[in-house]
Amino acid sequence: MTDQTMINTGEVYDYSVVRKFAIMTVVLGIVGMLVGLLIASQLAWPVMNFDIPWLTFGRLRPLHTNSVIFGFGGCALFATSYYVVQRTCHTRLFSPALAEFTFWGWMLIIVLAVITLPMGYTTSKEYAELEWPIDILITIVWVAYAVVFFGTIAKRRVKHIYVANWFFGAFILTIALLHVVNSAEIPVSLTKSYSAYAGVQDAMVQWWYGHNAVGFFLTAGFLGIMYYFIPKQAGRPVYSYRLSVVHFWALAFTYMWAGPHHLHYTALPDWTQSLGMAFSLILLAPSWGGMINGIMTLSGAWYKLRDDPILKFLIVSVSFYGMSTFEGPMMAIKTVNALSHYTDWTIGHVHSGALGWVAMVSIGAIYALIPKLFNTEIYSKKLIEIHFWIATLGIVLYITAMWIAGIMEGLMWRAVNSDGTLTYSFVESVQAVHPFYIVRFGGGVLFLSGMLIMAYNVFKTVAKGKAVNDAPVPMPAMAAAH
Amino acid sequence: MSDFTSQFWSWYIIAIAGGGIIWLFILLRGNSKTTGKVGVPTGHVWDDNLEELNNPLPRWWLILFYITMFFAIGYLILYPGMGSYKGLLNWSETSAYNSEIKAAKAQYGPLFDKYLKENLVVLSKDKKANKIGERLFVTYCAVCHGSDARGARGFPNLRDHDWLYGGEAKTIQTTILNGRQAAMPAWEGALGKEGVNQVANYVMSLSGRKVNEKLAAQGKKKFAMYCVACHGSNGKGSYLNHIPGMGAPNLTDNIWLYGGSPRTIKQTIAKGRNGKMPAHKDFLGKAKVHLLAAYVYSLSNSSQ
Repeated sequence: MTDQTMINTGEVYDYSVVRKFAIMTVVLGIVGMLVGLLIASQLAWPVMNFDIPWLTFGRLRPLHTNSVIFGFGGCALFATSYYVVQRTCHTRLFSPALAEFTFWGWMLIIVLAVITLPMGYTTSKEYAELEWPIDILITIVWVAYAVVFFGTIAKRRVKHIYVANWFFGAFILTIALLHVVNSAEIPVSLTKSYSAYAGVQDAMVQWWYGHNAVGFFLTAGFLGIMYYFIPKQAGRPVYSYRLSVVHFWALAFTYMWAGPHHLHYTALPDWTQSLGMAFSLILLAPSWGGMINGIMTLSGAWYKLRDDPILKFLIVSVSFYGMSTFEGPMMAIKTVNALSHYTDWTIGHVHSGALGWVAMVSIGAIYALIPKLFNTEIYSKKLIEIHFWIATLGIVLYITAMWIAGIMEGLMWRAVNSDGTLTYSFVESVQAVHPFYIVRFGGGVLFLSGMLIMAYNVFKTVAKGKAVNDAPVPMPAMAAAH
Repeated sequence: MSDFTSQFWSWYIIAIAGGGIIWLFILLRGNSKTTGKVGVPTGHVWDDNLEELNNPLPRWWLILFYITMFFAIGYLILYPGMGSYKGLLNWSETSAYNSEIKAAKAQYGPLFDKYLKENLVVLSKDKKANKIGERLFVTYCAVCHGSDARGARGFPNLRDHDWLYGGEAKTIQTTILNGRQAAMPAWEGALGKEGVNQVANYVMSLSGRKVNEKLAAQGKKKFAMYCVACHGSNGKGSYLNHIPGMGAPNLTDNIWLYGGSPRTIKQTIAKGRNGKMPAHKDFLGKAKVHLLAAYVYSLSNSSQ
C-alpha cells in the first residue's frame, strides 16, 4: 500500500451539487417508476387511463422513459461523475457555480418534460420527444456540464486519468453529438417542430441516436460508475488496466454502428441492415470486457458479498449488464429479430438493462455516496439488504414475464393455417399475453417498493447526518515503485 | 437501383467499415501479448486507494472477440453490406420477399381459386368457405370492423342490416374490391352555429327522439335545402333512396355511425365526415375477396 501520510492541498471538495443530484436521483427514480407502473397497469387494465387524455398511455410512456432515463439515470450520472472526477483528479470542481447551473438547468428540463409530455407536445422521436425549446435548453446545460467535467480533468493533480473518467468523458462528448444531430429540427411554432431529416434517413438518424443513447448514456456513463464504486466498495484494485483500455475503445467505436438493428426488415437499405447486424454482434465482446473487469475486481474478496448489500447491488448489476449485452447482439441477428421485433421481448430486454444494470448500479452507488456526503453511517444496512432482494425479485418477474409474452406473441403472429391464413388474430395474441402483463405489473410494484424503502433509508440517513462542505482535497498518494 | 448517389459513397462505407474491423484487429493484437505477471499493479494510485492491476486480456474473451469478427467478415462477404457490393449470395430483402410470396401463391393459391366460380349466396352457406372467410376477416378487416364484425365508431356494423352502399352479395364484393369514399361536407360555414343546431334537432326528430320542436321545424327547412341531395327528402339515406355510390346514412333508424349524442351529431354536421373503406383488389386478389364477400354476406343472412 502507499504511504498514508495525507498532505492536504488546502482545498475542499465541492459536495453541494453532488448532494443535490444524489437526492434527486432517488426522487426522480420514484417519480419515473411510478409513471411506469401506471402505464403497466393500463396495459393490463385499460380502465386505468380514467378517460383522461393527459393520463393515456401514449402521453405517459414518453414521460416514463424520459424521467427514468434522464431524470433518475441522469441525476445518478451527474452526482457520481461530479464526485468521482473530483476524487480521482484530487481537485475541486472546475467552476462550482457552473455545476450548480447544471443542476437547476437539468431540473428545469425535467419539470418542462413533466408538463409538456402529458399535454401531448412531442417531436415523436423516441427518447428525444421533448420539443425544440427544451432541446436548446438541454444543449446549453450539457455544454456547461462538459465545461465543468473537462475543466476539472484539466486541472487535475495526478498525471494519469482514472478509467472511470474516460467513460464519463466519452458519455458526455457523445451525448452532445447525438443530441445535436438527432434534434436538428425546423420549428413552426413554440411547441411544434419538424425533423430536419425525412423518411428512412430520419429513421436512421433517430436510431443512430436511440441506440447510442443506450450505448453512451446508459452504458458508458454507468460503466464510469462501476469503475469507481466497485473497486472502492470491494477495496480491491481494478482487475485489468489493459482490458479497460481495449474494451473502452472497442465499445466506443462499435456502438456507433449498431443503430440499424432497430430497423431490420424496414425500408432501410439492405447494406445498412447488414452492417448494423454485423457490428452489433462484434459489440458482444467489448461489452463483456466491462463485465469481466467489474466481476473479476472482486476476485479474492468474494466473501465481502456476504455482508455488504451495496456490493451485492453492484455485482448483480454487472451480471445483468453481461446478460443483456449478450441478449442484445442475439436479438440483432436478423432471423432472431424477425421473431422478437415489435414484441414484448424487446420491452423485457430493455428492462433487464434498465432495471438490472442501470438502476441497480445507480442504487448501489447512491447508497455508497449518501453517507459520505452527509458525514455519517447509513441509517439501516438491513433495509438495503431488503431493498436488494425485493428489487432483484421484481426484475426477475418483470423480465421472465416479458420473455414469455414476447416469444409467445412472435410465435402467434407468424403461425399460419394449412390454407396460408393467419392462425391467430391480433386480439387473440393480446388476450394471450394479458396474464403476463399482470405479472409484469407485479414486478414493477416490487421494484418501486424497493425504491420507497430506499427513500426512507436515505431520508433517515440524511436526517442524522450533517451536510459536509469541508472534506479536504488530499495531495495524490505517491505510488509505490514497481 | 442503387442506394448511393455515386461510387464514392460506396467506397466510403467500405473504407470505414472495413477499416474499423481492421483497426479492432490491431487494437486486440497490440494488447493480447501476455507479458507481465498476473496481479501486478500499474503503479498508479487515485483517491487514496484506487489501484489497477495490469492483468493480460482473458484468453476466452479474446477468442470470443475474434469469433464475432470472423463471423462479421464472413457475413459481409456473403450478404450485402460493404457499400454497393451485393454479396456472394446475391441476397436482397426484396428478392427474398418476392420468392416467399411466389411460393405462398403457388401453395395456397389453388385453395382459394377453386371457390371463385361459385355463386356468392351459395358460398355464404358453405361452412368450409366461411371458415376461411372468417380467418381472412379477423386478419384484414377486424382492425376497423372488430373481430365480431359489429363495427366501431366511424366503422359500420356489418351484422345489423343497415347498409350504406347496399347489402346484396355483389355490392358487398364491389365494396371490398374497390373500396368506398364517403364525403359528408362541413356545413358550419353555410348553416352557421344556430343553423347547425336547428338541423341537428330535426335530424334527431327523424328517429323519433325528443327534440326542441321549434328548432326542429326551422331545421327541417334547412334540411330540405342542403341535405336531401344525399340523404333523401325522407332522410332514409342514399341507398334506400336509390342514389348510387353515395353512402349517405339512413337518419331515421337511430343507428349512428359516428355517435348519436346531440353533441356528436352537431359536430358531424358542422365539421363533416370522411369515411374511407380501402380497396382490396390489388392487395388481397379476387379469390380472397370472393370468400370475404360471402362471409360478410353470411353475417346478416345466415338465418334466412
